Amino acid sequence: MRASHLGLMIVFALFVSVVFGTLMRDEPREQLRFGAQLFTAFVVGGIALGWILYFFPL
Amino acid sequence: MRATTADREQSAIYTYLICLAAWAIPGAGHLLLGRIQKGLTFLITLPLMFAFGLWLEGRLFPVEIGQPLVALAALADMGIGVAFFIARSAGAGAGRVVALTYEYGNAFLIVAGLMNMLVVLDAFDVAQGRK
Repeated sequence: MRASHLGLMIVFALFVSVVFGTLMRDEPREQLRFGAQLFTAFVVGGIALGWILYFFPL
Repeated sequence: MRATTADREQSAIYTYLICLAAWAIPGAGHLLLGRIQKGLTFLITLPLMFAFGLWLEGRLFPVEIGQPLVALAALADMGIGVAFFIARSAGAGAGRVVALTYEYGNAFLIVAGLMNMLVVLDAFDVAQGRK
């Protein structure tokens, strides 16, 4: 099975964003907006954290 | 006065039944409470995330009191409800530690269970009339 770390992180972010967006807001429009914000934060935050950790060798 | 107490008891039983349904089948609590859009979203998303975790060769942890972290992971896994026991009885979720996606699978399984617990709490609030 071929699976990239980035791809799995994006799928994970998508699931979590959909659930939290639905849970935290009542109107579908607000749910979509909040979910999109969460998704962006997850993906951008994950990539940023990945680059920060890149400079710390194991 | 007696009728009021009986009403309260009935209401409490109803609330706990809603929570039980919400835990057993993700989204069922919201569907029973008439929140169709939310219920359907949870009904599709959470089991799909759980199935994704199994597909990624994650492990359904056993309850081992001697290993607190494993026991906590097991509790989180069980948060998804009936799907956990179906997967367990079907022999899924053995977890292959050497698989590239093992840790991702665990993350998907555990987070799906934990998010369903939040969904149960939300259903509880809705049933109590707080939301």
